[in-house]
Amino acid sequence: MKVRIGIDVGSTNTDGVALDENNNVLTKEKFQTTEDISTGLFNTLRKVIQNLGNSKGYIGSVMIGTTHGLNAITSRVGLTEVLAIRIGLPAGEGIPPLSDWPEELKEAIGNHILMVRGGHEYTGEEIVKFDENGLRNYLANYRGKIKSVAITSIFSFVNPEHELKAESIVKEVLGEEVLVTLSNKISSLGLLERENSTILNASIRPLMMRIIVSIEEILKNLELGDVKLYFAQNDGTVASEDFVRKFPIFTVAGPISNSIRGAFVLTGIENAVVFDVGGATTNVGALTNGYPRESSNPVIIGGVRTNFRMPDILSIPLAGGTIVRDKIGPDTLGFRLTKEAISFGGDVLTATDIALNALKIDLPGAERSRVLKKFDNDFITSKYVTMRNMWENCLDKIKTKAGDVRLVTVGGGAFMIHSKLRGSSDVIRPESAQYANAIGAATALIGARIDRAYSYEAVKREKAIEESIEQAKSISVEAGAVPSTIEVKEVEEVSMPYLPGNSVKISVKVVGKMAQ
Amino acid sequence: MRDLNVQDLENLEVGAGILGTGGGGDPYIGKLLAREQLLRGKKITLVDPKEVDSESEILPVAMMGAPVIMIEKVPGGKEVVKSLEYFEKNLKESIDFITPIEIGGVNSTVPLAVAGMTGKPVVDGDGEGRAFPELQMVTFHLGDIQASPVAMFDERGNNNIVMATDNVWAERIARSVTVRFGGSAYVALYHMKGIDYKKWAVLNTITKCIDIGDAIMDAKRSGRNVFDALLDETGGVMIFSGKIIEVKREVERGFARGSTVIEGSGEFRNKHMRIDFQNENLMASIDGEIITSVPDLITILDSETSVAITTEHLKYGFRVNVMVMKCDERWRTAKGLETVGPRYFGYDIEYRPMEELI
Repeated sequence: MKVRIGIDVGSTNTDGVALDENNNVLTKEKFQTTEDISTGLFNTLRKVIQNLGNSKGYIGSVMIGTTHGLNAITSRVGLTEVLAIRIGLPAGEGIPPLSDWPEELKEAIGNHILMVRGGHEYTGEEIVKFDENGLRNYLANYRGKIKSVAITSIFSFVNPEHELKAESIVKEVLGEEVLVTLSNKISSLGLLERENSTILNASIRPLMMRIIVSIEEILKNLELGDVKLYFAQNDGTVASEDFVRKFPIFTVAGPISNSIRGAFVLTGIENAVVFDVGGATTNVGALTNGYPRESSNPVIIGGVRTNFRMPDILSIPLAGGTIVRDKIGPDTLGFRLTKEAISFGGDVLTATDIALNALKIDLPGAERSRVLKKFDNDFITSKYVTMRNMWENCLDKIKTKAGDVRLVTVGGGAFMIHSKLRGSSDVIRPESAQYANAIGAATALIGARIDRAYSYEAVKREKAIEESIEQAKSISVEAGAVPSTIEVKEVEEVSMPYLPGNSVKISVKVVGKMAQ
Repeated sequence: MRDLNVQDLENLEVGAGILGTGGGGDPYIGKLLAREQLLRGKKITLVDPKEVDSESEILPVAMMGAPVIMIEKVPGGKEVVKSLEYFEKNLKESIDFITPIEIGGVNSTVPLAVAGMTGKPVVDGDGEGRAFPELQMVTFHLGDIQASPVAMFDERGNNNIVMATDNVWAERIARSVTVRFGGSAYVALYHMKGIDYKKWAVLNTITKCIDIGDAIMDAKRSGRNVFDALLDETGGVMIFSGKIIEVKREVERGFARGSTVIEGSGEFRNKHMRIDFQNENLMASIDGEIITSVPDLITILDSETSVAITTEHLKYGFRVNVMVMKCDERWRTAKGLETVGPRYFGYDIEYRPMEELI
């Protein structure tokens, strides 16, 4: 038997499951998410392993979806100071790095910027020669002061040469132990957004490294030092801890994508809309060929515009704990739901109370008739109609074309969704829906994605695609995939308007299995 | 005469999006460029055309090329200034004022950044009152003002001076040099006297942009209907409201062509609007009947926020309002329509002013 553990940190609960090789749930646990995130995460992990008893020796891997990175960025706590290097002068001087960042976030990462000559055109030729000596001289001022560096060169996703050179100079001057993040590994077109994403990655690397060390210690103390550790990525796949030490930014939305991926694992439906109804929000995403659909617009994180791949998610403040007054929400009882909601013996009217009565559902521990003592049926019906409309609007907004779609509902509040929601052909609520997130984590494959730009006049289309696939494959191997198992999941070509030379952006996604 | 502040730039960004009619490039980068000047303690001075002397030397400055390049190869700033310095040096004339060539999109803010860097005041006006894709598509062209000499610079300092026989040739030559520069260039062109500017420019459009942004922000603060406030401010007319149900795109000869279909709601229930675009929104029809076209301004707005949606961001499911605004009268003359009318863009229809159609 091979056992996989999946742990997922949500805004209200931290969930954990252990699965066998046929995806049967061996044990499941739910703890409140703690303010420091780690305590709840570690407790859930220990408890799941404890529940397995003597079977714990069969554990082969642990997959974790956590919000540590996102939380650090939004709360500005636990971040590391970063030196942001931009290669591109004389271009780019008009808008220096960190220009549009919130002041307190800029301060939290030290506000160290450095601009040097270099960078490339969209054709891959140099804008100007890279000023290696200039960089070397400037860097001397930061010796011993900087642990993490972010390097962004103009059009590095067409030609990464200057970023690679700069990396070796940084290591030479500041020391081998300095952490370096290169922007061409993070995202593509849009200098400011790519640079921001790269800097954010650099700022959360030490934090994620500490988390990884802590989890490894827990495993070692439980005599599970050989178990492999993976983290959920934003695209519904996982990557090895080695990879996440370098690219933690790809895991900040891991928990959100886990639920969507989990909806696929539990139902086998490859194309559908997924509602993840939690305590505070309903996250609405879409499954495309078994993976979360990704967003094509800049995503703002902690007040900063970014462009690394994120799931295309609509979030509305309507879920289990949502407080119902004249208005519905946006505030929530959160984890206090099972104490303070009317059905659970409290005196706060919540969306759960409304849904239980409108749909005549009985939940263990809840007594829905308590609600009827205070509110009449008409009131309950009218509130449920409003809630239903909010969900129906969301369903419509997430679609990419007209027509009904299949809808999968997961999360603790999945029962609240009406089985005939307008715009859906059918509504599927899988068994274990409330553990979809942890199951999604436990069953994920290793994945990697790459974005590159080519001019088909300079490079043949076939060669460009082949090259991109090779690069994506090598990243997935770095992330822990076994080479013989790697499959190409998606090849997307987007032509870039207004540019001559038949310029396209090629985006490749590959997935593979992890070593057993 | 007044100095612009950071809030003016925020408002201008919103207004420039609306007058950009779906194209013109993202005003975000331009805003950051201009804002950086203010943060460095520089002044951006705006001058009313009434304060401009007939004999003053006026020079429009702009970014030319692919907006997609500009979001990656962000301007240095000096290249924009160099085109202006060229004029002063080679024509042995001191430039008194700079001004935008177009007010929609990114070029509304590029001259403001130049103003910050050089201390030259900006005259409140532009050559279009909206956004268009080619150099000759300006009201100055209608007044027989020559684009040449066109001073073009890149960030390295490479330059090229175009002396063309007419403005269409200036566009062709400058376009191919832009490609060699790496897809974007910074240009100064249509050098003219104050008297010509006052006759041919679309006046007070920078203030108009700022006022549009301000009206939207103000409506948001006071809880007033944002879209109504926008219509009041611009004299625009709402021509449709509904949900986007289809977007088609193709890249053709370097232009992003396409169309979108909007399913009507409310008073437009059971009707469908189709909007054809080519960088900018060009033509709108309801159930096959043409409602309005260029050169009038067709803008698609997010129905909740009234923020303009650019053609590359149109997506199924967006709830939108469509508004049309009157173009400058000079675009409705024979030469105006020959330059930017529906036929120039390949639609075999007669232009009819929006007031007649709606």
